[in-house]
Amino acid sequence: MSGRPLERVRVIEFGWAAAGPLIGKHLANAGAEVIHVESASTLDPFRSTYPPFKENVPGPDRAAMFAFYNDGKRGITLNLKHPRAAEVALRLIATADVVIESFPAGTLARRGLGVAAMRAAKPDLIVLSSCNQGQTGPHAQHPGYGSQLTALAGFTELLGEPERTPVILYGPYIDYIAVGYGVIAVLAALARRARTGEGCVIDLSQYEAGLQFMAPALLEYAASGTVPTRAGNRDLVAVPHGVYPAKGDDRWVALSVWDDEEWTRLRDAMGDPAWARDAALANASGRRGREAEIDACIAEWTRERTREEIVAALRARGLRTAAVEMVSELFDDPQLRHRGFWRRVPHPVLGEITAMSAPYVLSATPVRLERAGPVLGADNDYVYGTLLEISPSEYRSLEAEGLFA
Amino acid sequence: MLDGVRVLELAACADAAPAAAYCARTLADLGADVIKIEPPEGDPLRGTPPFVDGVPGPDRGLTWIALNANKRGVVLDRSSRDGERRFRALVERSDAVITADPSLDRSRLEAWNERAIVSIVTPFGASGPLAAARASDLEVTAASGSLWLAGEPGEAPVRTTLPQAWSWTGMYAAAGTLLALLARERIGTGQTVDTSGQASMATVHPPACVFWDVMREEHVRLGAHLLGRSIVGARFRNVWPCADGHVAFAIQGGPIGRHTMRELVSWMRERGVVAPRLDAVDWDRFDNRTLTQDEVDALEAEVGTFLRTLTKREFFAGVVARNMLGYPASAAPDVYADEQLRAREFWQRVPVPAAGCELPFPGGFATFDGERPPIRRPPPRLGEHDAEIFAEIEARVR
Repeated sequence: MSGRPLERVRVIEFGWAAAGPLIGKHLANAGAEVIHVESASTLDPFRSTYPPFKENVPGPDRAAMFAFYNDGKRGITLNLKHPRAAEVALRLIATADVVIESFPAGTLARRGLGVAAMRAAKPDLIVLSSCNQGQTGPHAQHPGYGSQLTALAGFTELLGEPERTPVILYGPYIDYIAVGYGVIAVLAALARRARTGEGCVIDLSQYEAGLQFMAPALLEYAASGTVPTRAGNRDLVAVPHGVYPAKGDDRWVALSVWDDEEWTRLRDAMGDPAWARDAALANASGRRGREAEIDACIAEWTRERTREEIVAALRARGLRTAAVEMVSELFDDPQLRHRGFWRRVPHPVLGEITAMSAPYVLSATPVRLERAGPVLGADNDYVYGTLLEISPSEYRSLEAEGLFA
Repeated sequence: MLDGVRVLELAACADAAPAAAYCARTLADLGADVIKIEPPEGDPLRGTPPFVDGVPGPDRGLTWIALNANKRGVVLDRSSRDGERRFRALVERSDAVITADPSLDRSRLEAWNERAIVSIVTPFGASGPLAAARASDLEVTAASGSLWLAGEPGEAPVRTTLPQAWSWTGMYAAAGTLLALLARERIGTGQTVDTSGQASMATVHPPACVFWDVMREEHVRLGAHLLGRSIVGARFRNVWPCADGHVAFAIQGGPIGRHTMRELVSWMRERGVVAPRLDAVDWDRFDNRTLTQDEVDALEAEVGTFLRTLTKREFFAGVVARNMLGYPASAAPDVYADEQLRAREFWQRVPVPAAGCELPFPGGFATFDGERPPIRRPPPRLGEHDAEIFAEIEARVR
C-alpha cells in the first residue's frame, strides 16, 4: 500500500506572501488538502504588487508569484472583516486538522478567530502562527521585512568582504528558514496527535527560527568573546577556498582544498605550474599566509578555461568544486532533473508554470506536484457548497452581502 | 513532541556530516531519544574550528557543541563482532537512522528492521549523476544558485562566512524524516529519505526562479542593493554604514513605506539634520517603480548622512519607538542583548562541563503550547553513554 504521508489531513491557511503559504505548499505536496483562505478585496501582495504577471499585465489570476508559492492548494475567498466571516471560518476549521496563519500577531483574534475560538470549534486542532518576532514580547507588534529581519538576526554582518559594507542575501532569507521549521513543527504536532490525541498551539517567531542557523557564531562569541564577522570567501580550514573567474562573461567556479594531499591534486589538475611547486605552499599554514597570491595564480589558470573544463578536471581528481550556477541554469541542472525537483504544472490563466518540489525524496511515498496555485475563489463551490453545505441560494445572498469579497 | 521516537545518528567522515548532525539535533530538540554512534576515534566534526577560547580539543569545537546537544553518545567499532552486534541491536529498536555516509548498506538496515526510516543526507543526492561528487558548503551554495545571487556586481560571488548549506540540508532532512514517520502509520514500513544539499539551498530564492521561468529574466547580485523595486532599473540601498556598524533600511513610498519615511524625516528634523530633498517628497505619491537612479541617489545621500550619525542601538530603538521598517545589522553581542529575545526567554544557559564552560544556547525554534522545548543535556563526551546504552541493549536481548 502506498499513498502520500498526509492524505486525510486538512489544512486551513490564512496568510499571504511567502512565509506562511510555503509551509502549506510543502504539506499539500505531501498529500494534505490545503485550503488557502484569502480576501478578494485586500489582495495578497503576490497577486497585486509583485511581478511577474502574464504578459506583464497585472491581475490577481495573472500573478506568477502567487501561482508558484501556492501550488497544490485549493483556494477560497472570504472577507475576514465581514461580521459573519468568523462563524463561517470556524465551521470550516471544525472540519480541519491544522490551521496555519501568518498575519501580524493578534490580527486573527481581532476578527473573532483567536486560538480559543478555533479550539472550541475543533478541540484537537493544531494551530501554527508564524510571524516576524513571535506572538508575545515587546516587539511582537513591530512590522518588519524578511530581508531586514535577516540583518537583525546577524546574517548580513557575516556576508561580504571584511572592512567593507556587507552585501545582502537575496530576498527575505530568514522567511525561508521559518518555512522549513514551520513544516517540521506541524509534522511533529501531527505525530504527537497520532499518539496522544492532543492538538497543539505553535508560536513560530521567524527571528528565532533564523537564529538556529546562527548558533555556532553566537556560541563562539559567548564562549570566547570573539565577534564573528564576514571574511569574503575565506574558510577557517580550507586553503585555498574561493570563487574564481572562468572563461566567459561573469562565469565563476567554486573550489576548495581541505588538506595538503588535496593541494597536490590541485597542482596536478593545473599542470603543476612553477609557482605552485614552492615548498612553502606544501602545507596549510604556508598557504594561509599567502592566500591572495595563491588566489591570483589560480585565477590565471581558471580564466583560460570554461567552468565545465575546470569542474571536470577537479572532480576527476576527487576534489570539491562546482560551477556557480545561474538561476536560469538550475532548470536544466542534470542532478536536480534526476530528482524531479522542477515540475511543469497547469494553471488556468498562466498556462503552465514550473513548480518546485521538496529537497527530500521519499522512496515509498513521494511528493506530488499537480497544479499551480488556485485562481481567486477557485474552490468556493467545493468548500462552501460541498463541505459546508451552504445552499446555492444562501450562497448567493451571502455573496451579495460581501462575505466572499 | 516526539516522546518515544528513537533515532540513531551515524557519525561519518562525509561532506554532509554536519547536516546529519543538524537533522538529528532537530529531532532531539523535539523530544526524540537520539543516540549518536561514533567510531573509536570520534566524530570528525569534533575537530571543526573554532574552539572554545581558541584551544583545540575534542569537546571544545563550537560547531560540535552547537550540533550535538540533546544527544546521547556511544562508541562502536562496527568492524568488530561486538560492535556489529550492538549496532544491529540499536537499529532493531530504532524508528529512524540518519547518516551522511553514502556507502551505508541500506538493504542490510532494512533487513534488520523494516520499520526503520533511513534518512541520508548528501551534497547533491543519494543517486543521480552527482551522487558521488564531493562538495563543501561553498560548492553546495554554488550549485544551488544562492552563491550567484550574493556579492558585488563585477566581483566574485560571495558566501555567508558561517556555513549555511548543512543547516538547510539538515532542516529539510528532519522534515522529510518526520513525513516518513507519519507515512509509516499508513504503509506499515519505513523507507529511504534522500535529502540533497543542492536542492535544499535551491529553495532559498524562489522569486529569482519565477522571474526566469515566466519572464526569462536572470536575477543577479547587486551588492547591498535590492532588486525588483523599479521598472526603470534604479537600485535601492538596503544596507547602510552607521556610527558603529551597519543598518538595514530602504527608501519606500506608498501604503507600505510612507509611514516609515515620514517618521524618518521628522526624526532627522528633531536631530537638526537638514534634508531638503526628502522634505520635498509627498510620500503618498512617491513611487519606487518610476524613480530614476539620479533621483534615488540624491535622496539616499541625505538618508546616508543621517544614518551615519546613529549607532545600531539608537537606530533600533528609534525604529521600534516610531514603528518604522528597518533593523540594525546585528553582530553576536547585539543579538544577545535583544530585549525581545530576552522577554521571550529564548536563551537557555547550558553547562558544557567537557569544555569547562556554560553557554547561552539559542532556545527551541518555536514554542509548543507555550513551552519552549528545552536543551536537556550538553553534547556527549566520546563514549559518555556506552555503559547505559549497552545495558539497555542487553536488557532487551534478555
